[in-house]
Amino acid sequence: MASVAYPVDERSVKALGLPSALHEWVITVDHKRLGIMYMIMTLVFFMIAGSLAVAMRAQLSIPNNTLIPPEVFNRLFTVHGTTMVFFVGMPFFAALANYLVPLMIGARDMAFPRLNAFGFWITLFGAILLYSSYIAGEGLAGHGTAPDVGWFAYAPLTERAFSRGTSTDYWILAIVLSGIGSTITAINVFATAICLRTKGMTLAKMPLFVWMMCVVSFQILVALPALTAGQVMLLMDRYLGAHFFDTQAGGDAVLWQHFFWFFGHPEVYILIIPGFACISEIVPVFSRKPMFGRIAMIGATVAIGFISLSVWAHHMFAVGMSSQANTFFAASTMLIGVPTGIKIFNWLGTMWGGHIRFDTPMLFCIGFLFQFLIAGLTGIMLGVAPLDWQLTDSYFVVAHFHYTLMGGTLFALFGGVYYWFPKATGRMLSETLGKWHFWLLVLGFHLTFDPQHFAGMLGMPRRIYTYAAGRGWEGYNLVSSVGAATQGIAILIFAINVILSLRRGRVAGNDPWDAWSLEWATTSPPAEYNFETLPEVRSTRPLWDLKHPEDPDWKFE
Amino acid sequence: MLFRFRPCRVHRKIGCVRSEVLVFYKATNLKIKAGFTRCGLGAHRKECSSMSFRLLAVWLVLASALPGQTVHAIGDIFKPLASPALAVRDLSYLVFAICGAIFVIVAGLLTYALFRFRRRASNDHVEPPQVYGSNQIEIAWTVIPILIVFVITMATARVIAALQDKSQPANAVLVTVIGHQWWWEFRYPGLNVVTANEMHIPVSPPGKERPAFLTLESADVAHSFWIPQLSGKTDVIPNRENHMWLDPHETGIYYGNCAEYCGTQHANMLIRVVVDSAEDFDKWVAQQKQPAIADPKVSQARDAFLGMACVTCHTVRGTTANGKFGPDLTHLMSRGTLASGMIPNTAGTVFAWVGHPQAIKPGNLMPDMQLNDKELEQVVSYLSTLR
Repeated sequence: MASVAYPVDERSVKALGLPSALHEWVITVDHKRLGIMYMIMTLVFFMIAGSLAVAMRAQLSIPNNTLIPPEVFNRLFTVHGTTMVFFVGMPFFAALANYLVPLMIGARDMAFPRLNAFGFWITLFGAILLYSSYIAGEGLAGHGTAPDVGWFAYAPLTERAFSRGTSTDYWILAIVLSGIGSTITAINVFATAICLRTKGMTLAKMPLFVWMMCVVSFQILVALPALTAGQVMLLMDRYLGAHFFDTQAGGDAVLWQHFFWFFGHPEVYILIIPGFACISEIVPVFSRKPMFGRIAMIGATVAIGFISLSVWAHHMFAVGMSSQANTFFAASTMLIGVPTGIKIFNWLGTMWGGHIRFDTPMLFCIGFLFQFLIAGLTGIMLGVAPLDWQLTDSYFVVAHFHYTLMGGTLFALFGGVYYWFPKATGRMLSETLGKWHFWLLVLGFHLTFDPQHFAGMLGMPRRIYTYAAGRGWEGYNLVSSVGAATQGIAILIFAINVILSLRRGRVAGNDPWDAWSLEWATTSPPAEYNFETLPEVRSTRPLWDLKHPEDPDWKFE
Repeated sequence: MLFRFRPCRVHRKIGCVRSEVLVFYKATNLKIKAGFTRCGLGAHRKECSSMSFRLLAVWLVLASALPGQTVHAIGDIFKPLASPALAVRDLSYLVFAICGAIFVIVAGLLTYALFRFRRRASNDHVEPPQVYGSNQIEIAWTVIPILIVFVITMATARVIAALQDKSQPANAVLVTVIGHQWWWEFRYPGLNVVTANEMHIPVSPPGKERPAFLTLESADVAHSFWIPQLSGKTDVIPNRENHMWLDPHETGIYYGNCAEYCGTQHANMLIRVVVDSAEDFDKWVAQQKQPAIADPKVSQARDAFLGMACVTCHTVRGTTANGKFGPDLTHLMSRGTLASGMIPNTAGTVFAWVGHPQAIKPGNLMPDMQLNDKELEQVVSYLSTLR
C-alpha cells in the first residue's frame, strides 16, 4: 500500500535490504501477505505446540515415569490445547480465507484491508501473550508459571481460590485478544464474499470454498461472543468480586460449561470446515471432475452451521443434566452426522468415474477422507449419551478429537499447503519429500492415536501425568509415544521441504494443477493488484469454460 | 544402589551440583527409591552443604489386595460387572455394529474408487465425463442416514431413561461421595461411618439386589467419579448434587480414577470400590462405627499427636482431633492404601508419607510438617494403632 500511495526510489529501497523488506511486511495491508503471515503463524505455533505434545508423550511412554513433574505436565497440555485451537486452527482459517477468498471471487483485496492487518497483529499478540506467561506468569510455583487449568478451564478451578497468581489471566486475555482477531476476519470474509464478487459470479456460482468460509464466519460471529462473555465474567470473578462461577459464594460451575461449550462446539466445526473447503477444491481437480452434488454440499454446510449451534451440551452428558436434556442433545448430535455424511458421500461421488491423480495434495485429501470417516463414527459413539458416560474425558475422547483435528483439519491443511504453495510462492514443493512427509505422518498418526481409543476403553482418563503399571495401559501408551516421535520426524521433513523448495523448487507457472477456479488465472505469485484481466464468469468453473470452449459448464448449469 | 551427580534442584542455581547415593527397595507391589543427597559441589558449597536423607520416589506396581479379594484393576468397559455398565455395554454393541458396518461400506467404496478410477497411461490426457450430481442419489444418502440416526436415538433414549430415572429401593445403601483436591471422602448417612478413598458397598447380585445409591458433592473444584466396570462417570461438582447408582454383581476391589481435570494431582486421585459380601459389609460397618481405638501402649504418642497441627485437618473420632480438611483417620489402618490409592498402607509407608508427603505426591495439599525424628516416630506409632 505504501509503495502505491507515494513514489519510492526503488534503488534506495533495495539498498536498505532486509530491514526494509521486513518493514514492508509489517506495514502491509495486502490480503496475500497477511494470508501468508497467518499461515507462517499457523505453522510456527503448530510446531511449538507439537513439541509440547511430544514432551507429554515422552512422559507417558512408561508407567510411573518421573521425567516431567505434574505441575509442568499440566501446563504442557493446557498450552498445547489452547495453542492448537486458538493459535493454529483459527489462524489456519484466517490464512486460507485471506489469501484465497479475494482471488477466488476476482476481487482486488478484502473488504476492510486495514482492519484485516489489525486482526492479524492482535491475534499474534494474543499468542505471544500466552507464551510470555512462561517467563512472566505467576502461579502457585512462583514466577515462570504458564496456565495450568486445561484448555476448557472448568470453573471453579480458575477462580482465585484455586488458581492464585496471574497465569490464568494470561490465558483469559490471550484468548480474548485472539477472539478479536477471529471476529475481524469473520466480518471481513463475509463482507468480501457478499460485496466484492466479480461480474457474473452470482452466489450460486461462488466457489464452494468461499461458501464454506462464509459459513465459518457466521459460526464465529454467533459462537465467539459466548466465549468472550464467559472470559469477561471470569475476569470479573477474579478481580471485581463477582460470583458468576465462584461456587464458594453460590456461583454456578455448570454455567461456565454452558458458556464455554456454546462456543466450543461450533468451534470444532469452525476448525474443520476450512478443512472441508480445501478438500472440496482439491478432490475435484485431482479427480478431473466437477464437485458432485454442489448444491447439496452447500446445503449440508449451511445445515452444519445451524445444527452445530444446538449440540453443545453433548460435552456435558456427565454433569448431571436431566434425562430429557440428555436425550435432546444425543439426538441433535447424531443428527449432525447426516449432513457430515452427505459431504463424505459427495466427495466419494466426485472421485467416482474420475481419473484420480495421486499428487501430494490429493494424498493428504485421501488421508483426510479415511480418518475423518473414522472420526465421524467415533463421534456418533460419543453422541450416544450412555456410551459417552463411559468414554467422555477418557483417552477415547482424546483419540476422537485428534482424529478430527489432526487426521482431519491438519491433513487438509497440508493438502492445502501443497496445493496452493505454488500459487503463493511461484515454486512447487518437492513431490519426493512430500510423499515422505505424507506416509510418515500417516504412520505416526495411526501409531499415536489408534491405541488411545483402546486405552480409553480400558478406563484411562485424559490429562493424567502418570499412571501405575498393571491397569492395562502400558503397551498402548508406549506405541502412542513412538507414534508421536514419528509424526515429529514427518513434520521436520515438511519444514525442510518448505525451506528447500522456496529456494530451488521447480517454477510453478500460473496453473500447475490444471485447475478451474479464478486464482489460477493470474500469475504465481499474483501481483499486488491480483488480476490484470479477469475471465468472464458464467459458471462455477470459469477456467474450465476457458479451456474447454466446446463443452463449457454454463451449458449445464 | 547407585551413586550419581545431578544438578541441584533445591537451590536452582547454576553450578550447584548434588551428589546422591540412591537405594532402591522393591517388594512385590511397591518400589521405593530413597537416598542420601549432598548439595554443594561447585560454587555453592557453603550455602548448601547440608546432607539430607530424602525419599525420592515411591511408586506402586499394583497395590495389595487382602488374600481372597479379587482385584478388578483393568477398567475394561466391555467387561461390566454391574447393571449400569452392562446396559451401556449392550447399547455399545448395537452402536459399534452400525458404525462398523458404515465404516466397512464407505471405506470399501473409497478404496474401490481410488483403485478403479486411478489415472492410467491410457486416459492421462483425456478428461473423464463431467458429472454434476444426481438428486436421486442425494436423497438416498440423506434419508438412509436419517433412518439410522432415528434407530440409534430411540435405543439411546431408552437406556438414558432406564439408568437416570431408576427409583431407589428401600434397602439401598446410601453413600455421600465428596470429592476433594486429590482424595475422596465417603460418608454413609444413617450408618455414622466416614472413610476415605476406599468405598465399601455390598455385593448386589441379581435376585438379591442391594444397590448403592450415591450422592456426589465436591468440597472444592469439579471432579468426576468413574469406575468403568461398574458404571459410566458422573461429574462431582461443587454447589450441586449429582446422583448415580451401582449394583456390583461380584465381590472384589474395583479400580477407578477421577475423570475430570482438577489440578496438580488429578492423576493420583484414584478410586477403589471394595465390594463386600453382605456379611462382610455389615461387619465392616459395625467396625467403622466405633470410635478410634485408645491403645494405652501408645497414650504418650497419642498425646503428642493431638498436640500437633495434624488435628486441624484430620479427624480421629473419640479424640479432640476434629479437622475436616483431610481424610478421616479414625480407622486409618483398616484401609489398604494411602494417598488416595497411590501406595499400600503399612507402618512403613505411613512413616514415609507423614515424613515427606510432597516427595510421594508432589503438590498435594498435605504440607511437609518438618517433624523431627522423635515426633515422626510418635505420630506413626499412634497412627498404626488406628485399626
